[in-house]
This record gives sequence, C-alpha cells and structure tokens, in this order.
Amino acid sequence: MSALTFTLKYAPDQRVDMSPLVCHQLKDLAVADIAALSLQNGKRKLRVDELFTIDGTDAQNIVIKNSMAKLDFIGKELEGGCISVEGDVGAYLGFGMKSGEIKVVGNAGLYAACEMKKGYLEVSGNAGDFLGAALPGNKMGMKGGTILIKGNVGERAGDHMRRGNILIEGNAGDYCGSRMTAGTIAVMGQTGRYLGYAMRRGTLLLWNQPQLSASFNDCGAHTLAFLPILFASFKKLNSRFADKASAFNRVQRYAGDMSEMGRGEVLVKL
Amino acid sequence: MIINGVTIDATFAEAFPMKATRAIITAQNEKWAMIAAQAMTGFATSVIACGCEAGIERTLSPDETPDGRPGVSIMIFAMGGKGLAKQLETRAGQCVLTSPTSALFAGIDGGIRIPLGKNLRYFGDGFQIAKVISGKRYWRIPVMDGEFLAEATTGQMDAVGGGNFLVLAESQPQALAACEAAIETMRKISNVIMPFPGGVVRSGSKVGSKYTTLNASTNDAFCPTLKGVTKTDLSPEIESVMEIVIDGLTKEDIAKVMRVGIQAVCDLGADNGIKRISAGNYGGKLGPFHFHLQEIMA
Repeated sequence: MSALTFTLKYAPDQRVDMSPLVCHQLKDLAVADIAALSLQNGKRKLRVDELFTIDGTDAQNIVIKNSMAKLDFIGKELEGGCISVEGDVGAYLGFGMKSGEIKVVGNAGLYAACEMKKGYLEVSGNAGDFLGAALPGNKMGMKGGTILIKGNVGERAGDHMRRGNILIEGNAGDYCGSRMTAGTIAVMGQTGRYLGYAMRRGTLLLWNQPQLSASFNDCGAHTLAFLPILFASFKKLNSRFADKASAFNRVQRYAGDMSEMGRGEVLVKL
Repeated sequence: MIINGVTIDATFAEAFPMKATRAIITAQNEKWAMIAAQAMTGFATSVIACGCEAGIERTLSPDETPDGRPGVSIMIFAMGGKGLAKQLETRAGQCVLTSPTSALFAGIDGGIRIPLGKNLRYFGDGFQIAKVISGKRYWRIPVMDGEFLAEATTGQMDAVGGGNFLVLAESQPQALAACEAAIETMRKISNVIMPFPGGVVRSGSKVGSKYTTLNASTNDAFCPTLKGVTKTDLSPEIESVMEIVIDGLTKEDIAKVMRVGIQAVCDLGADNGIKRISAGNYGGKLGPFHFHLQEIMA
C-alpha cells in the first residue's frame, strides 16, 4: 500500500483548516469519501479534491506535497500514524497531538505542537512563536513527546510546558521556556532575552551562555548523572542531538526563576 | 547415579514460590558500586529472619549500565510483594542513597512496578527533580556529593526460592573447598543468587522444631555429630555437610545453576573426599517446586 498523498493543486488565497486530514479519521474511509470531505477555507468550505490531488490509500501514512504556510492545523490531535509534509506549514501544526509522528520538510508557523500530549514532531526548517506552548489563556502547554526543530524557533517556545522534550538545533527567541512547569528544552544555538521567565520547574539545556535575568542564581559547575541518560535517549533521532560528540555531562547550573518557585534550572555546557 | 565416585541421591530439592526484583547500582568505579551492592544485600541470607534474601548477581561493564558507569546488579527475593517492596526501599535508602557517587536503576522492565526512588525522593526536601526520559521516570535528589539519581520504579516478578543441594564430604575442609569451587562457577550464571555467606550455608534447616515458637531448626538428619542419636541420613565416613541455596527468577534458571554447581563438586570427586550429593527434601511440606538431582544431572 502506498502512502495516502495529498498534493496541493494551487495556492489558496485564504487559510485552510487541515484538521480533518489526520490518520485516525481517514483510516476507514474510501478515497472517494476522503475526496468528498470538506475543508474550511477562509469563510468557504471546499471539497478535499478541489484543493488536492489524491494518490495512494494507506491512511496510516499521509504525505502532503506542495504544502504552504496557509495550511493550518495539520495533524491536529493526531492519534497514531505518520504525516509527512513537503513544504511549509501554517499555524497549529500537530496541535494537541496524542501519538504518532509528524515530519515537515520546510518551516512551521505559530503554535506548532501547541498543547501536544505525546508523539514525535520534526521540522527541518524554522518554527514560529509559541512552539509547544499553551493556547492563550490555557495553563497547560506541551504535556509529553518530543519536538525536534532543526532550524530556529520564535519567541515563547515551551510556554507553560509540562513535560516532554523540545530540541532546537538552531536559535531560540525571547522568553524561551517561559512559565514552564516541567520538561526539558535543549537549545544548541543562541537564546534570546528573558530566558526561563517565570519558570517553576523544568530544565533548559544550553550549548551557549545565555543572557540571564537577575532572578536566576548561579549554583556552580557540576557533573550531572542524568545527562548521559538524556543524551542516550536522543541517539535514534535524525539530528545533531544524536551525535555522540554533542553529548556532555559537565554544566554550569543556574536555578530559577527565583521570582517564581525557583525549582527550574538552566544548565549551560562547560 | 555415580559421577566421578560421587553418589547423586535419588532425591529432590524442594523450592517454593517467591517474589523477586532486580536493581542496578552504578558508581564512579566498580569498587564503590560493589560497596553499595554489598551493603544493600547484607543481612539477607534467609527469609526466616532477614525479611528477604538478597545477593549480588554479577558486575556490569559500563556499556551494560544505563548511565555508562561501572555497575553491579543485585537481586532481592521475598515471600510476598509487600515485604519485597519494603525491603527494597529501606535497603535502597540506607545503603545506596548513602553510598558515595552511587546511582540506582531498575533491573527488570515490565512486571508489577514497585518503588525504587519513588519515595526516596522525599529525602530531597522539595529540591528533588523528576525527569522522564524515554518513558522512564528518574528522580534527581540533591545530596552532599552532588546528585543521587534513582529510577522511580523497578519490576517485581514471580520467582522461585530455596533451590539447593547438599555436599557430603569426608572432612570439613574438603566440603568447603568443593562448595567454593561450585560457587565460583555458579556465579557466572545470570538470574540467580546464592544468598548465604559466600554462597554456602553450614546450618541447613528442617521445617519445624520441638520448640513451638520456631518454624525451622537444625537439619539433624545431616548433622554429623548426631549420627548416633538421631535418624541420620549420613553414612559413617561423612564428617561434614554443607549446602548451597539458590534463588532464581525461574525454575529453569535454578535447574541450570544446580547442574553446573553439582558438576563442579563432582569434578573434584571421591579423590577429594566428596562422597555424596543430596538435597533439602522436606517431603513436600515446603514448596511445590521439586528439583530431582538425578534428572538435573542426567
């Protein structure tokens, strides 16, 4: 069975809500039924086959080709299966995903992996603001799973994050790890201002010395036993995080945010 | 059956069901991993009064341990799951948490999960940090030498305790030498421990006693000094008997280790004063697992 492939026919003027096209919702549908599903496009509804040519039948393996930044909610609440995207994606990629895998060869917009529960999400390019965060007004961001971003990410990555890993090969914008409750964010590149703003618990693992707020306290240099285990868990990823040379266990530890409960930590490679 | 002049009795070792768990202790080097492991498995020879039976299974090279440091795997056996969990926790808390540079990991994935570091975390007084890595929860507990890392839980499984055989020799030194040879080969096998001091027990017991408060007492049928006063199992030339007791995860594990142990004893043979191999057979009173010596050695 070949992958169920949606190839975008033309660039729509308005944004498209892609949330119906997830593996668990398509698995029992015939191709004709899938073609007849409607997608919200701006204020109109369009049939899937008006926007996409459809090939293949394996709904556990969805491929979206010619994707562009107007396709929102790709992989929304995904429960099992794999979605591969060729091209950029819009906002809310993998929103609330419960399990499975999403891989994007391109860039992702705002709120990628927002309120993600479990699973694996990979973006080869950059991701926008609020990666793995909570929706505005909500208190619970990403709750589990792993996000790998090979490029840079915007502001507020991991806002209100509860558990899981966000791995960023590039740079992170301002307020990275803000209001984190727990979990791990690793940034190989540079970080912006207000790192870990109001974080309660959780770990920010950095390759480069950040600009830290006054509410982070230096706890000294340490060799931490959990780091080799953490790095070992990355070894199957298609990433520089899997590279043995990237691993380290000697860090400078800063505790914070002391203006919150102060059980969080920023660990900087030594 | 006679092997190298040693008579293998037509009897069976009687074993009973237990609950078992395994933990992996790592440290900066093997010396300190072993120190923590020895402390954790101390005073754990027999469930009769120790609450559990514990022992070191084997040492682990750095590439076999979760954190890439030298380690030791230990196993603990108890009569019930509750008692096992309590023993594991108190021993982990007093013997591994306290031991310099140590870390503690689960040795059994799956099975019923019982707390390893799950409650020890409270030692951290609120400064403890949980990390879930690849689906496993670890606790980082701040201690004076750095951080004590402990996996939250380990697995408990059904196991078999009390596999055994008796070495009957013409003298005490010969019995001990044979047992030492047996233990050396038996220690190479996984999934089993020999919980008694050095793996050998000289005070084998029978079920029950003339004293109603005791549920075990000396195995008088195998006491050489009582040959004339009790219904003895010993022939006149036997002057010393020692026993090797084995706890294992499955009855196959125990049968396998009994075979190599008995073989090692028989290799010394009658020339070294070894006359007979027998076993602790309690007439079915002790447990449902029966290891027939002659079948094992066939």
